Amino acid sequence: MKSKITASPYILWMALFIIVPMGLVAYFAFTDLKGNFSTVNFQQSVGFAPVIFNSIWLAIIATAICLIIAYPLAYHISRSTGSRQRTFIMLVMLPMWMSFILRTYAWMTLLENNGLINQFFGLFGLGPFEMINTTGAVVLGMVYNYLPFMILPLYSVMTKIDNSLIDAAGDLGCTPAAVMRDVIIPLSLPGVNTGITMVFVPSVSTFVISKLLGGGSTMLIGDLIEMQFLGNAYNPHLGSALSLVLMVIILICMALTNMFDDAESKEGMLI
Amino acid sequence: MQKNTLISLRNVTVEYDGDQVLKNLSLDINDKEFVTLLGPSGCGKTTTLKIIGGFVNPKEGDVFFDGKRINGIPPYQRHVNTVFQRYALFPHLNVYENIEFGLKISKIPEDKRRPLVKEMLALVNLKGFELRKIDQLSGGQQQRVAIARALVNHPRVLLLDEPLGALDLKLRKEMQIELKRIQQETNITFLYVTHDQEEALTMSDRVVVMKDGNILQIGTPTDIYNEPVNAFVADFIGESNIVDGVMHADYDVTFAGKRLPCADVGFAKDEAVDVVIRPEDWKVSEPDQGQFAGVVESIVFKGVHFENIVDAGGVKWMLHTTQQYDPGTEIGLSILPFDIHIMHKMSEEEYDVQEGGEE
Repeated sequence: MKSKITASPYILWMALFIIVPMGLVAYFAFTDLKGNFSTVNFQQSVGFAPVIFNSIWLAIIATAICLIIAYPLAYHISRSTGSRQRTFIMLVMLPMWMSFILRTYAWMTLLENNGLINQFFGLFGLGPFEMINTTGAVVLGMVYNYLPFMILPLYSVMTKIDNSLIDAAGDLGCTPAAVMRDVIIPLSLPGVNTGITMVFVPSVSTFVISKLLGGGSTMLIGDLIEMQFLGNAYNPHLGSALSLVLMVIILICMALTNMFDDAESKEGMLI
Repeated sequence: MQKNTLISLRNVTVEYDGDQVLKNLSLDINDKEFVTLLGPSGCGKTTTLKIIGGFVNPKEGDVFFDGKRINGIPPYQRHVNTVFQRYALFPHLNVYENIEFGLKISKIPEDKRRPLVKEMLALVNLKGFELRKIDQLSGGQQQRVAIARALVNHPRVLLLDEPLGALDLKLRKEMQIELKRIQQETNITFLYVTHDQEEALTMSDRVVVMKDGNILQIGTPTDIYNEPVNAFVADFIGESNIVDGVMHADYDVTFAGKRLPCADVGFAKDEAVDVVIRPEDWKVSEPDQGQFAGVVESIVFKGVHFENIVDAGGVKWMLHTTQQYDPGTEIGLSILPFDIHIMHKMSEEEYDVQEGGEE
């Protein structure tokens, strides 16, 4: 009883701002402009398959880059002494204290044709390189903005790995590489899983990054949805259908990650 | 028994952040021996273990293993395995996989691994626990998995870092006997670290008593107990009465106002000494028949015996008796010459390594 009472504010919140809007999205997705039941929006969505695949592809690349950068860093932080750990984590979080939009705008001025980076190269008579309004800039924006979401879950899982386990593995004959393979990686998989979800989901649905850094060169599913609500193409019914498609894609991706995770631990059990 | 030195530490010094935790320490450990490093926390016993395991590198001095210098050789290249203080079992693996870990790393084929793991499970009485998760085991069971995981690799030396510290008294006593049995069955050198003097005396072939990064005494449990080199060792190994005395000549000592015959020789004339008397060595008699006349001040029941505090000759003595004396009772106390242990007074700086009772 008591727990129900304490949970009631959130239950109310959930009902008002999650369940009801979801219902509305579903309603719009399955109706046409006149309000009749229809699957026409989904038929239209199929036409945007290249955009959807492109979004997934870029999100996968960004997630992979984040993982490659974050994993060794998180491991290094987790093995540092207390004060160094706090400093590192502070540095990781620091950019998040600034507005997301502001940070992305900052990259615009850096990457522009007469931006800081090209000016620097200009000193050596190089460039200007075309960096802004490219797919690469979009991926860079994703990696830059979402990297902390990969580092933090990895770090929190890795700090729980006791140093004595690493000593024990060495004692039992593991080279440093084998310690990584047989102890650190298996024990940090839950963090990898969370990190992948936390970077992939915002990356696949972003529209600000592609708009500011991609400049229309790279159309993502997020841009597409935004256009249906705020743009010239105004069509909330199609926008809702695309949103549902995006949700299903995210669910599938998360299920795949979980399956991979389970398979890893099962494999470990069998050997 | 022939003695084959397996591990030698020569003048080893270790510093952490400028603090010397081991000071010019030398120690030999023989093959197939059960050696215990005993001392209070912070005495450097775990550091000594870590040097042999390869987790700590000495600042100065040499470590020899089977005649070869092994300074700087990483743990994974040493023929040594460790049972860690908190066991350090792998939480993502079950009991079987934990024990199998070292064999898998050294690429022993599956069909050869299986019988070895089974054999170890039998040795530590954990048959049928193969598929258990580590967090489903009790402390004692985890401890035995840790031993099996180390022993299955057939190391030349097994290092044990206070492995029984987390267990309750009864389990600890059982495991002490178990460990000794395992050591005798496997014929592996055990180097055991503990702060528990009883554990050290029960299991060891030799005990190394350490304090502040120095070795105070090395000897068999009986030597250490009966012939402690100084008051610290005497006090650390079991309970004892320590009083000031004066050694007039060989076999002639005065303490607590009495001049008595004793069994010790080799002191300077009228040297100030520490006199150590074990509480169980006192003989109680009628008040007028003892060397000392005393009054019982207090008595505490300890299970096997009573612990009395007796005021005699101006000193409050602790003695263990099987008979109950009411406080206020007058009794006589006597001590046999060889139960009076005379020790040089030692200043804090001059701890010499005393090879007590080696041959």
